[in-house]
Amino acid sequence: MNAPAQRPVIIETREVSKWYEGSAGRQRIVVLDQIDLAVREGEILALLGPSGSGKTTLLRTVAGLVEPSGGEVLYHGKPLRGVNPGVSIVFQSFALFPWLSVLENVMLGLEAQGMARKEAREKAVSAIDMIGLDGFEDAFPRELSGGMKQRVGFARALVMEPEVLCMDEPFSGLDVLTAENLRGEMLDLWLERKIPTKSVFLVTHSIEEAVLMADRVVILWHNPGRIAQVMDVTLSHPRDRKSPAFHKIVDGIYTVLTRPAELQSQGRMRPLALRRFQKLPHARVGALTGLVELLHDRGGKEDIYELETDLGLEADDLLPLTEAASTLGLATIREGDIALTDLGLRYIDGDILERKEVFCEAVAANVVLVNQVLQALRSSRRQSMDEEFFLELLENHFTREEAERQMETAIDWGRHAELFAYDEEAGELFLEKPEAGQEAVEGEETGE
Amino acid sequence: MALPTLSRPFFRGRAPFSAYDVPVAAGILALAAITVHVGSRMAAPAVPETLTIDLSPWSVPYYALRSTARMFLAYFAALAFTFTYGSIAAHSRRAERVLMPLLDILQSIPVLGFLSATIGAFIALFPGSVLGMELASIFAIFTSQAWNMAFSFFQSVRAIPRDLIESAAIHRLTPFQRFARLEVPYAMNGLVWNSMVSFGGGWFFLAASEAITVLGQDIRLPGLGSYLATAVQAGDFGAIGIAIGTTVLVVVGVDFLFFRPFLAWAQKFSTSGALDEDCESSILTAIQRSRLVEFLGERVATPVTDLFVNRIPARLAARRVRTAAAGTPWLRTYGTRVFLAAAGALILWHGVRGATALVAGIDASDVTDVLLAGLATLARVLATVAIASIVWVPIGTFIGARPGLARRIRPIIQLGAAFPANLVFPLLVLAFVRVGVDLSWGSVLLMLLATQWYVLFNVIVGVMSVPQDLLEVGRVFRLSRWQRFRRVTAPVLLPFWVTGALTAAGGAWNASIVAEVARVGDSELFTFGLGSYMAQATIAGDWPGIVLSIVTMAAFVVATNRLLWRRLYVYAEEHLGREE
Repeated sequence: MNAPAQRPVIIETREVSKWYEGSAGRQRIVVLDQIDLAVREGEILALLGPSGSGKTTLLRTVAGLVEPSGGEVLYHGKPLRGVNPGVSIVFQSFALFPWLSVLENVMLGLEAQGMARKEAREKAVSAIDMIGLDGFEDAFPRELSGGMKQRVGFARALVMEPEVLCMDEPFSGLDVLTAENLRGEMLDLWLERKIPTKSVFLVTHSIEEAVLMADRVVILWHNPGRIAQVMDVTLSHPRDRKSPAFHKIVDGIYTVLTRPAELQSQGRMRPLALRRFQKLPHARVGALTGLVELLHDRGGKEDIYELETDLGLEADDLLPLTEAASTLGLATIREGDIALTDLGLRYIDGDILERKEVFCEAVAANVVLVNQVLQALRSSRRQSMDEEFFLELLENHFTREEAERQMETAIDWGRHAELFAYDEEAGELFLEKPEAGQEAVEGEETGE
Repeated sequence: MALPTLSRPFFRGRAPFSAYDVPVAAGILALAAITVHVGSRMAAPAVPETLTIDLSPWSVPYYALRSTARMFLAYFAALAFTFTYGSIAAHSRRAERVLMPLLDILQSIPVLGFLSATIGAFIALFPGSVLGMELASIFAIFTSQAWNMAFSFFQSVRAIPRDLIESAAIHRLTPFQRFARLEVPYAMNGLVWNSMVSFGGGWFFLAASEAITVLGQDIRLPGLGSYLATAVQAGDFGAIGIAIGTTVLVVVGVDFLFFRPFLAWAQKFSTSGALDEDCESSILTAIQRSRLVEFLGERVATPVTDLFVNRIPARLAARRVRTAAAGTPWLRTYGTRVFLAAAGALILWHGVRGATALVAGIDASDVTDVLLAGLATLARVLATVAIASIVWVPIGTFIGARPGLARRIRPIIQLGAAFPANLVFPLLVLAFVRVGVDLSWGSVLLMLLATQWYVLFNVIVGVMSVPQDLLEVGRVFRLSRWQRFRRVTAPVLLPFWVTGALTAAGGAWNASIVAEVARVGDSELFTFGLGSYMAQATIAGDWPGIVLSIVTMAAFVVATNRLLWRRLYVYAEEHLGREE
């Protein structure tokens, strides 16, 4: 591969930011924060990041479906207005029109541009053949399996002969084997130059997938979405998952992704960035306990990538758990490894009651939101509060959806620690035993 | 080996004709002949000969065709309204803020109440022709169909998943292409069901609008409603029987020849991916297997739609891009503004007119009269819903628990809901007079007859949707029949029942206009209520009274919807609904 930085740029984002204005008096919610990124000819660019890091928003900005709030997108050096004419998209959910046959779906974009039906049909049929769907031209999407639907998705995108093929988690809606197969075929089409596409822009949350396919991996951090690191992957194809070189790159990415929150905010000027607020990973206590037990069984220390492959989990499912363990002080994460702390060991050795005590201690010492809830409850005369009150406070920092998720996690943890109780129907939080010995929590404002 | 594809030469290896071509061709010819025949008479001069109803059985088929034609014209008008109004509202938040509340108000205006006024207006538009009266009748039917359908379309368009919208954008569909290839197909399923319900409701308005009295003058448009009214007046029981039988046939026929095939075809647009096995239509099969239709489709319909949906919009879009670099969609700007301005002016104009008329001719005693009458009718409406619920919830529960029975009974209920109950009102009123039932009670029975079906239908659907595993749990725990109903069925059923009761109440308000007034021989019977108040004001040409009663009824409907039904529904959804 020749030097990546010298290849011609097709699409470029310059300090692209995306934010949503909060309602009256609220702070704005920043999704993307000053992203500089170039999509170059001849490369597969993978955009990797935890959920909520704005990867999908960035893809849609590049495609011209979402207008940036700040900065600009350049297409061949000119500012982009409206839908990007050089882009087509493969959607995670396939996004096929259910009432159109395979052929009609593939022809849709060609017809919309007024191409003669005969010509459009010929092009569509050859795209369908190339993607391995001959014989299914007249089938409707509902007759097809997920893998075949996504093949139609690819054919529909490729028939437009886009310069940049955008793929939004194209394989994550498929089962493992189907995804593996389709990924391999797509990679072959690309490597053998059977498609005129000049560049591929892949959004994924699978670290392995990124390293398998991409020439360059861009890692995003979340809250707000910002480029954490760009890594070149120079391994030759086909890439071997088992090789030490592969493993090393994956570990490197894990190290970046699991870097503690304080480090993430360093090293850049961020006029848009706001006061950092502790964001709780969405992890249920049951699953968290399972992870701690598993670590204990494996000697208290493990490589996260190893865990992911052994458990058959996606990074998106596992990372919230490891993050929660580290937030609570039950484990520490370093260089892509996770290790139990003394507190973690105490937790695992205890019986049900002792575990509760340890958990209560950990939550009280480390979780800002739970402490805030507790303080508010204590100072309220009825010792109970409307959930909405906290949600509105959280909306200063998060979207409504995320605020609800934060609250859900805080409630799960707080309930489990028996710090407070919750009435779902009334949407009310309350203290179970008013003022009954929880001195440990007093004055424990951590975080800010 | 390979399945046949469109790229194959047309017709290869297949017979050029199929057995289905004969009936399909005959059907097409018959439809064309009927259209020409009926169409030419709809604009006939308004002389007594064209407006006299002939009670001979031989003229019944002709009257049936005239009535059906009215229904379809109203339906197509409602469809056109739906696509424009619904699209505009769905694409502009600003338009939505005006158009959706407006639709809510329109929905609750009792059009039957001022039928004579609209007839007057339409007759003035086409003096000396029956066309004015035709249009007034069609307009009345239109108002019973359009609001519903527009609302359904709006909701469907708003519910289109984001990725499909983005997919349309990334393939650079123009606004019209998006409408034709995404929005209408996506809305199709809801639209068909809504069309069937609206069309069914339309028969009631057809029967009510064909034969009416305007300023002391009887108007009888050729049609089944007029035929029956004339038969009742003449006391010709043979003709009455024929009219009712024919109406049943026509309702069933329209369902079989139009809605079944339409529904079966619309399965193609199912977004859930599942196909309803029940939705099969021999008519559709015949059409689809006919080579004639295939030929017309391939050689005529496809190129023509391609031209209008793809080629021309694409060319126009290209030109627009050339002329204006940053063009905004026309719907968003110019069209919306003109429409809003026009709608605003219209509302203002009518508001001012209505207000002056009201202020001029109303005193305080009128207002109390109308409010009392409104309360009387409200009591009847609630009684109607209560009786319908007491009778039909147990029976509906029984039927719904037996899916086989429910499937067999469904067409009967649909027929019951569609059959215009007001056709048989005169007969029942005769019976009331014979037996000595007071009309203030009798009208409840009449309203019940028109609206009970909505309760029954929704209850059956609700019971059918009770999860099987919950019922099994009930049986395992040896709950009694009542406990099973109380703990398992009722929570699931409640939102469905609310929907049914809401629809029934809306229908009952409308029915009150025809049910609180009756004509026996030459004398008119009135009972105290808002419906009869409205009818009397209409006959007397008392404008302030008409406006006052209409506004009051609309207010009553909106108030009960907001204060009672919507709250019940929210309660049912939130507290008794299933998880998620």
